[in-house]
Amino acid sequence: MTTEHHPIPPSPVERRVAALEELLTEKGYVPEGFIEEFTRTYESDVGPMNGAKVVARAWVDPDYKQRLLEDGTNAIGELGFGGPEGHHIVVVENTPDVHNVVVCTLCSCYPWPVLGLPPRWYKDPPYRARMVREPRVLLQEMGCDLTDDVDIRVWDSSAEARYLVLPERPQGSEGLDEDQLAALVTRDSMIGVGRL
Amino acid sequence: MQLDVDGPAAPPRSNGELVFDAPWQARVFGLAAAFVQTRFEGDREPFRQRLIAAIATDPERPYWESWVVALEDLVARST
Repeated sequence: MTTEHHPIPPSPVERRVAALEELLTEKGYVPEGFIEEFTRTYESDVGPMNGAKVVARAWVDPDYKQRLLEDGTNAIGELGFGGPEGHHIVVVENTPDVHNVVVCTLCSCYPWPVLGLPPRWYKDPPYRARMVREPRVLLQEMGCDLTDDVDIRVWDSSAEARYLVLPERPQGSEGLDEDQLAALVTRDSMIGVGRL
Repeated sequence: MQLDVDGPAAPPRSNGELVFDAPWQARVFGLAAAFVQTRFEGDREPFRQRLIAAIATDPERPYWESWVVALEDLVARST
């Protein structure tokens, strides 16, 4: 059986989005081309590769690192990254004794300019609930094994602060330049659910 | 509760993963951004408050459907 002459009708949620778009367009709230440009940006241009550049710069430039820890948004802006959800970025530094991990318990706050849009699991109830309740167990399940002597600090993102983890520079990376270092930095290490 | 962990960050794209599973999700994402921009001069907080409320009302609802509920709510309150 072919669906050629009987296209699948839009689902209720598709119809609701179409209705919203029609209403908002009619009222003049949707500049022409805005949606396409905005979604294209977050699908292609903005993502963890931005945060990786910030981390690599902090590893090679102590002055930059200090500025980054003092005022994340400004220091990140130095590299040309900014925009929505990027006004109050706080950078927290991992050390041999302290491991930082980020969650948003209420919704899905996330530092878009440096990490793009959050991964699926970050927005799901299990992560949002369990990272607060049992971070060590959950981190282990996600492949991030920490010894008992490492303190775990869980940061709850909000309108006041969007957190970015500054992971430790991997051992053996002394000879690498900034671009090579950036290539080592993963999204998960900057959320704090992974180590490098 | 099971945690659905995605694969490694790198492939298939440098952005980490495909962020939308269906075109309507990208559409509501862009629509919310347009409304935030034109109605609230870029202040995302009113939308964020509606999103928090939508998620709190039905925590198990699929994430992007909560965006639809939040945007419907915000539009009803502010147009």
